[in-house]
Amino acid sequence: MTANMSTSEKIDANPQHQIEEKNKPRNGADVLIQALHEQDVDIVFGYPGGAVLNLYDAMYKNPIRHILTRHEQGAIHAAEGYARVLNKPGVVIATSGPGATNLVTGIADAMIDSIPLVIFTGQVATSVIGSDAFQEADVMGITTPITKHNYQVQDVNDIPRIVKEAFHIANSGRKGPVLIDFPKNISASIFDEALGEASRNEEIYLPGYQPNYKPNYLQIQKAIQAISTAQKPLILAGAGVLFAEAREELTEFVEKYKIPVVNTLLGLGSIHGNHSLNYGMAGMHGAVVANDAIQNADLLINIGARFDDRLTGDTRLFAPNATIIHIDIDPAEIGKNIPTDIPIVADAKEALKALLKKEFQAPDTAAWIDYLNRKQNDYPYWYEEDGQEILPQQAIQMIHTITNGDAIVTTDVGQHQMWVAQYYRQNHGHRWITSGGLGTMGFGFPAAIGAQFAQPDKKVVAIVGDAGFQMTAQELALLKEFNLPVKVVILNNCALGMVRQWQELFYENRYSHSLMPVQPDFVKLADAYGLKGYRINTLDEAGAIFEEALNSDEPVLIDCRVKQLENVYPMVPTGKALHEMIGVKKP
Amino acid sequence: MKRVITVSVINQSGVLNRVTGLLMKRQFNIESITVGHSEQQNISKMTFVVNVEDEVKLEQLIKQLSKQIDVLKVNDITEKSIVLRELALVKVVSPANLRLEMNAIVEPFRPQIIDTSKNVVTYQVVGHPDKIDAFIELIRPYGIKELTRTGVTATVRESQPSDTPQLSILK
Repeated sequence: MTANMSTSEKIDANPQHQIEEKNKPRNGADVLIQALHEQDVDIVFGYPGGAVLNLYDAMYKNPIRHILTRHEQGAIHAAEGYARVLNKPGVVIATSGPGATNLVTGIADAMIDSIPLVIFTGQVATSVIGSDAFQEADVMGITTPITKHNYQVQDVNDIPRIVKEAFHIANSGRKGPVLIDFPKNISASIFDEALGEASRNEEIYLPGYQPNYKPNYLQIQKAIQAISTAQKPLILAGAGVLFAEAREELTEFVEKYKIPVVNTLLGLGSIHGNHSLNYGMAGMHGAVVANDAIQNADLLINIGARFDDRLTGDTRLFAPNATIIHIDIDPAEIGKNIPTDIPIVADAKEALKALLKKEFQAPDTAAWIDYLNRKQNDYPYWYEEDGQEILPQQAIQMIHTITNGDAIVTTDVGQHQMWVAQYYRQNHGHRWITSGGLGTMGFGFPAAIGAQFAQPDKKVVAIVGDAGFQMTAQELALLKEFNLPVKVVILNNCALGMVRQWQELFYENRYSHSLMPVQPDFVKLADAYGLKGYRINTLDEAGAIFEEALNSDEPVLIDCRVKQLENVYPMVPTGKALHEMIGVKKP
Repeated sequence: MKRVITVSVINQSGVLNRVTGLLMKRQFNIESITVGHSEQQNISKMTFVVNVEDEVKLEQLIKQLSKQIDVLKVNDITEKSIVLRELALVKVVSPANLRLEMNAIVEPFRPQIIDTSKNVVTYQVVGHPDKIDAFIELIRPYGIKELTRTGVTATVRESQPSDTPQLSILK
């Protein structure tokens, strides 16, 4: 750092040097950083290394806000959190070999949850690719199945075009991660300004990539016909509604035609959590009423969800009485898991707008809504207090009350994730950040960091488990370094809760390697990073400590000790259908 | 069911890996695959023969292939009137005393002899894969030393039978 400072001071002190610097021809790295500026990238998450030294040098000369995480996995999950909150691409830089392979989990996570990312990886020089050079890995080969698209730059003059295409692909159609592999010699090659200018000005031309946004007129007609004659219509709203920014259209449509809604895990927030026609989350740990609605509906309108197996349960018995309308921007999702009667390949917003434009006979859903309301009253989420130990559900309810349900909430995967989905009602869009499809432990905390960078003025709460948190705990350094007021709440049950729950229910209590009796002192860990830590041991003290910690302006870590043997209910056991839930009522 | 799928792709490095990797990831079984340049510059054409369970799987295969950014066009041409061709090179033990007999019995397949040595002859046979299978079975008793097949390439015939009802799209 000191050496760098003195060099830059020297340059500043000598105007001759500045002129020389200015007139120097630009190399690939300079052009790439410039291309990021042209894409209005305001922040990148990354980690330097040998193969990206040129890039980092270009960044030093042409500054772009770069967040140095403590592990590449932290960088990519932070970029995912950022992308999810702002619904625009997160940008990641890592070096070749281990830098790139450390990103793999995050890339796969973004792919399955359709999160837009643009990822730059360094690569060894083209002359030695394939020779098992130092820090070489076949990143193109490794990431082809887990990216929406990937590039290896072969010619320095292609950089402006490739960067432009990458951002376009990542953030259009069904969003997803795009990776650009950048050999070191290309980043050092001199850029031909004339050729490059031409490449920059070229219109994006991707004949093999033409996502369809507008719905087909005939299919909309068929959908209208089906909706107006249905008696028990139901909307299943997925994350596609949020990606398409179609929250308002969905709410308007639901209210206009009085159609009940259920959400997927990732679709939570696509309609207000307390909307009278919102019956909550469906699926494995969804609300009884939501699953019952699916099983009894005579028309299911899936908007932007992909009929994931955790949602459908046994697909053969899924929504047995329903005609299926499936609206999705990705044609490959339609008919993949559930046979579809009326496919509509379109953007959720465009499809809803087309449906709203037509005036048609509203279905009479009064009896259906009445039925669902009774179900909802009869089968609320439940838990059994024991008055001493804190139940994780109670902790989440307290957090919900104190933050007024307005916080950006992130989680890992597992029991705590399901409880947050159940008890932290999402009243807004883009404030619920969780690893859905891949189910990635270690996701929640770095994702919260990215979310806080994206929304510096909003309250961001990372609700994580004790095991998942330890997978990316090193990023605590960032809270201190940037004074990021993220609130980390560890629901600490000294166990891999969901693994333990499955072992209890399906493996006769054989807790094979799912208990973690030895945990670090998380309060001291926070202290080691210069952060304020709290511990909550009893229900009596919980309210006051949560109140103080969550309302603080500073980063805090809360080690909340919760009951170890608590289970997530209700539950659809694997292989069973949605109507075969267990634990639907307090025993 | 066996399907013949043709795929037009942008000809750049990695595209074959993209397509075959996708088929592997989604558990499709490739029986044969051929790739080569097409009539357009920078566009290659692939011909797959795949075994799929049912219509649903077939639809997935086509949609997943179409989703690839380097893939321009995917066609399932199985039901069309098509020309299917494959080439095989078959090296067979052929001592001088048997050679005339062998040449006589394979004659209906119109193979070409493209290499010979004292005891071995190499036939080149071109045609529908069934024909090549039949040729191989016929010659097998003489002792096949080496066998190599190119896999199927195919093209749609210019004139197609026109019995498709015109309004089927509206059904």
